[in-house]
Amino acid sequence: MTPEMGPAVERLVFLLSTGLARGAVLALFALSLVIVYRAARAVNFAQAAMAIVPVYVAFAVTSASGSYWLGLACALVTGALLGAVVERWLLRLVPQDNPLPGIIVAIGLVMVLQAGLAIAFGPDHRPVHAPFSQRPFDVGGVSVLSPYDLFVLIVAAVVMGGFAILFNRTSIGLQLRAAAFAPETSRLLGVRVPRMVTLGWMLSIATAALAALLLVPTGLGLDPHAADVLFVNAFAAAVIGGLDSPVGALVAGLVVGVLASLVTGYASAATAPLAVLALLTVVLLVRPHGLFAAREARTA
Amino acid sequence: MRTLDLKSEGTKLLLRAGLLTLLALGATFLLDPYRNYQLATSAGVFAAVAGLTLLVGLTGQLSLGHAVLMAAGGYGYALTATWVAGALAGAEGEVADGVVGWLLPLLAGVGGALVASGALGLLLGLAAARLRGPYLAGLTLALVIALPSAASTIPGLSGAQGISAPFVPVPDTLAALIAVEQWHAWLAIGVTACAVTPLVALRAGRAGLRMRAVHDDETAARLAGVDPGRVKTGAFVISSLAAGLGGVVLAIVTQQVSPGAYGLGFSLLLVVAAVVGGLGSLGGAAIGAVLVTLLPWVVDQATAGLPADLGHRLQGNLEIVLFGVVVIVVTVLWPGGLSRLLRTKKRSKKTQLSQNTQLFQNTER
Repeated sequence: MTPEMGPAVERLVFLLSTGLARGAVLALFALSLVIVYRAARAVNFAQAAMAIVPVYVAFAVTSASGSYWLGLACALVTGALLGAVVERWLLRLVPQDNPLPGIIVAIGLVMVLQAGLAIAFGPDHRPVHAPFSQRPFDVGGVSVLSPYDLFVLIVAAVVMGGFAILFNRTSIGLQLRAAAFAPETSRLLGVRVPRMVTLGWMLSIATAALAALLLVPTGLGLDPHAADVLFVNAFAAAVIGGLDSPVGALVAGLVVGVLASLVTGYASAATAPLAVLALLTVVLLVRPHGLFAAREARTA
Repeated sequence: MRTLDLKSEGTKLLLRAGLLTLLALGATFLLDPYRNYQLATSAGVFAAVAGLTLLVGLTGQLSLGHAVLMAAGGYGYALTATWVAGALAGAEGEVADGVVGWLLPLLAGVGGALVASGALGLLLGLAAARLRGPYLAGLTLALVIALPSAASTIPGLSGAQGISAPFVPVPDTLAALIAVEQWHAWLAIGVTACAVTPLVALRAGRAGLRMRAVHDDETAARLAGVDPGRVKTGAFVISSLAAGLGGVVLAIVTQQVSPGAYGLGFSLLLVVAAVVGGLGSLGGAAIGAVLVTLLPWVVDQATAGLPADLGHRLQGNLEIVLFGVVVIVVTVLWPGGLSRLLRTKKRSKKTQLSQNTQLFQNTER
């Protein structure tokens, strides 16, 4: 960082570093969508609503006990439980031969959860405080990441590293992957496939809850729809990355986060959703199954 | 078999459509102004839900963004109608009155709405032709989320505040007979009839057969000479046009178009209406549309007596919880929705038997 950098470069550095932090949250949420897609071969359209319920739990626990970390732990546990309950008691009842009933049930779940939260906690935005300062560091006269952004990046990196080890280096991870790719063969080989699907849902919703919890202090505050835009952006990232690929979700999440930050900084905040929509449309038209995915099957 | 005798089928269909429209027009005389306003609103919602249910039920493409297509119709109507009304006033030096004063802007507005919603529907349809279930649903969801941004970015749409649509006054010859709400209900019924009748014809005719063929097995349809891409795109455009006309109705009734009225919540309500009525059933769409228009009002009435804080929390949320529960229950226990239920009640034992054999064959496959 040299002192003769102009204000234009300073601005660019600031936008890039903020975009990276936002992108890390996006990548986490996109990863949660990928995990559930790998487990159940379905996009969970209720992910935003299911992620925001644990955030409310964290909010309640933190305001009661005063500890952010206790709230965070409760959010992860609630997320995992919610994932298990929804998978076992609701989605198993839905016909699996085509994706439509699953999506429609997810939409019903979104309505129940979000409106239920609004009834239970009232319609107002609740301010949420970050555990670290959100004022950016000053590096050689250029403002870059804030301590909170740094915290977000570290948490995201740790979680992703953890998942990489879990999926690639452990027996559970092998069973999870086997159950997702070849359920019948795995069952013959002694993998408890339904249990693996439930585990996938638990991991996915806990991750999504973590992402939503990290996002909320940087936004307007906590309300039942706080994660809706996050879901749409993360869906775009997951699709761009190929839905099946954790690495794709990570890369695409960071790309979408930086893109949204740059568009917000150079055009306006209102233009960012349009940019994401345009990116999603272009990628879907060029590669309908995403950039990193293998082709599914011949159609004709 | 149903498509063979197209001519007499067509006449019958038109007769039935005309009869139903007349019946609806007659019913407006029995309703007070507020009920007529609700009737007009449900008619607009019905047009959009009819388009959506045809799309989802026959081709299996789920759109979560039909509210945006309605908004496109509404904006197209408001902009064109305002412009034509202004041009007429400018040409004559004073506000044009008589039939021309309102009919010309109305017709031009409907044309504008069809162009706007049709163009957006064509773009989406081209994407939809290449996409399957979750991808299309996600793309249309992103579209709904981007609507407020689009409204504030595209010049002339005035952002969150929205634009106003010209007021359509009661014609002089009818002024003594009916109130403005009833007149708007008439317009709403007329526009909705124009939107839904072609859908009924398409569904019963060759196009409906093609859509079902593509939905059931794309490869088989392609081998039989049906182009799945074209069928899917066409279905999306037709569905969008119906939604656009629904947007026209709401613009006429409320005299304004704003992005807030066509948000995610409303878009999901359209899906709810289609699911509850039974995907693919146009009669079911009518029931679903009335339900999503009236239930919020019923809940408001019911919660009015509660203490202020509780009432405030329940308002606008309780009905959403109910709708969510209903959608889940219908999808899990009762696929086919209300229309299927009504039909099976009427069915004789014999057809039930043949249906059972059919079911058996399906599971065997």
